[in-house]
Amino acid sequence: MSKIFQEVRGLNEGVVRQLSNEKGEPEWMLKKRLYSLSVFESKPLPTWGPDLSGLDLNDLAYYVKPPAQTTHDINGLPENLRKTFDALGIPEAERDFLAGNGAMYQSEVIYERMKDQLMKQGVLFMSTDEAVKEHPELLQKYFMTRCVPPTYHKFAALNGAVWSGGTFLYVPRGVKVQMPVQVFFLFDHPSMGQFEHTVIVAEEGASVEYIEGCSAPEYLKGGLHAGVMEIFVGKGARVRVTTIQNWSKNVYNLVTKRAIVEEEGKMEWVEASLGSKVTMLYPASVLSGRGARAEHLYVSLASEGQVLDTGAKITHAAPNTSAYVVSKSICKGNGRATYRGLVRVNPGAKGSVSSVKCDSLLLDSASSTATFPAEEVYDEDSDVSHEASAGKIAEEQLFYLMSRGFSREEAAALVVRGFMEPVTKKIPLEYAVEFNRIVDLEMKGAVG
Amino acid sequence: MQKGLSVVGLRVSVKNGKRILDGVTLELPPGEVRVVMGPNGSGKSTLALTLAGSPDFVVESGEATLDGEDLLGLPPDARAKKGLFLAFQKQIEIPGVPLKDMLWEAFRARWEGEGRPSIVDFRKNLTAVAQSLSFHPSFLERGINEGFSGGEGKKSEVLQMLMLKPKVAILDEIDSGLDVDSLRVVAAAVNGFSKDCRSALIITHHYDILNYVTPTVVYVMKEGKIVDKGGPDLAKVIEQEGYSRWEAS
Repeated sequence: MSKIFQEVRGLNEGVVRQLSNEKGEPEWMLKKRLYSLSVFESKPLPTWGPDLSGLDLNDLAYYVKPPAQTTHDINGLPENLRKTFDALGIPEAERDFLAGNGAMYQSEVIYERMKDQLMKQGVLFMSTDEAVKEHPELLQKYFMTRCVPPTYHKFAALNGAVWSGGTFLYVPRGVKVQMPVQVFFLFDHPSMGQFEHTVIVAEEGASVEYIEGCSAPEYLKGGLHAGVMEIFVGKGARVRVTTIQNWSKNVYNLVTKRAIVEEEGKMEWVEASLGSKVTMLYPASVLSGRGARAEHLYVSLASEGQVLDTGAKITHAAPNTSAYVVSKSICKGNGRATYRGLVRVNPGAKGSVSSVKCDSLLLDSASSTATFPAEEVYDEDSDVSHEASAGKIAEEQLFYLMSRGFSREEAAALVVRGFMEPVTKKIPLEYAVEFNRIVDLEMKGAVG
Repeated sequence: MQKGLSVVGLRVSVKNGKRILDGVTLELPPGEVRVVMGPNGSGKSTLALTLAGSPDFVVESGEATLDGEDLLGLPPDARAKKGLFLAFQKQIEIPGVPLKDMLWEAFRARWEGEGRPSIVDFRKNLTAVAQSLSFHPSFLERGINEGFSGGEGKKSEVLQMLMLKPKVAILDEIDSGLDVDSLRVVAAAVNGFSKDCRSALIITHHYDILNYVTPTVVYVMKEGKIVDKGGPDLAKVIEQEGYSRWEAS
């Protein structure tokens, strides 16, 4: 382990070269990084969304090497990390699911099991860093090419320059992975950047579910998470990605997620956003083949001081494609949850259907919400709809539940859980239980 | 000590509004079924909601006790935990909270001491009770009152009463909008419920349910007051004559 790479603050070409060299990367990856850096430097910070003025890009550590090496035994993990995992119920998740399970500690995957089982099916599941070494031709085909090129936007470019860790998951043709593949990301260093880069490929007829949990303990200084996820859903394939985001409330969570979905393929995004100071999260589905489908299910809980800006970016690029978006947000204190989405129907995408539904629950008068749905419809023979609602918990609902013996707080938490149910029912049970527990905690004192 | 429900001189007004109950006094001893009848607008539902602790009403004076303990100073959940239950007239929808889950949590929360049935036993019992009410089990999986018809909503209230086993149940217009078969089923449930030293106060303006449930006492309510009290025969009189005999003079 090099002393120099314990921590590097600030960003320039030297840092990027050093990082790539430290990782022993091939030339093509270094070139990708340097090109990304130039794109990053040429693009201004986005000003159309949440306020990012509190983000100091020069005071971030762009790479921190974890103190442990990749391990296959949870008992081999550092004590503090194991405690964190215990507190978050990760071993339970493993026991219950016995599926692929990896954890990203700071920037590298250090805990992963069940890899062997997946390998028997021909599934590749490894950190993206490993994939650079072990499957360069395969990775090069997908890494920041047609899904998320460095030019996609400023933070995608930043990730391209300094990415580290993330998952490479490749499911060959016709292979159906029965159990969800789970990964856990953890920030464990003050004011660091987390730039994992995940690539998921499901070949024709394949199916896989990928679950990632994100967490960070509270630190004095904020951090930046600018992860990238690139997904390729082959003909008739199915991919579901579930993210439970619970970063500490001083993290800027500016992530890029995009899927290209081919003929009759289906992409499902399940996004549960609880943490972070600012989140900008707009998973994109490019429905490029006839009959391709996308489902985007979001739930956000914006508490005091949080701005959660989420949305779906749907491109209907082929006939008979369909998209279904449900966004549920809860705002409390001065928390703000916003839906910012785009539905685009390209010329010729006949018979395409898009349905977007956004519901907000405001727990008090200080909280706020807004919806910015954009539509660009270039084919008359398509059906694009948008519905939005915002409301409060009805007093009569609270009274009803209280008359069954629930305290006012418990009653409110029940109503909130019910409100989120259309999304949380898609989350595996042990995560849903944990999620509800966090929501119950957040609801303490939330209703007058 | 079991004394049942006792209401004395209850005066209630709508929050920031007019007075609805003008000195209501009634008793509901353990093991009895009693009825409050009255025309629309006489204050029957206000009585039910006030006893359960609705925030829409303000108690001006009077008292209400359950087994000798004050109810009116308590929040609705504390009243429920003391053993009071209200079957709501109005269907309150709570989307996404399955009826069976809410019931289990409510049941679990109010159980004191040892010997609580397991969730498995609870569910078995729930299924059996639902069946006895001809309440389709799929409604147990749905959000509370989410897409329930009027009749299903009423049965859901009775189901909750049977599962939570309160000491005193106030049934606010439990009979309205029910077909004959459902009415029979609901009436049989109330009869069974009251056998176990538990009591029920049926609030209605119809006679129909009294074909299947025989109350010990019938109260007549008009303009916020109990204007008469009698045996089951009094209900028969109301069925034939309406409420005209208590016309204000």
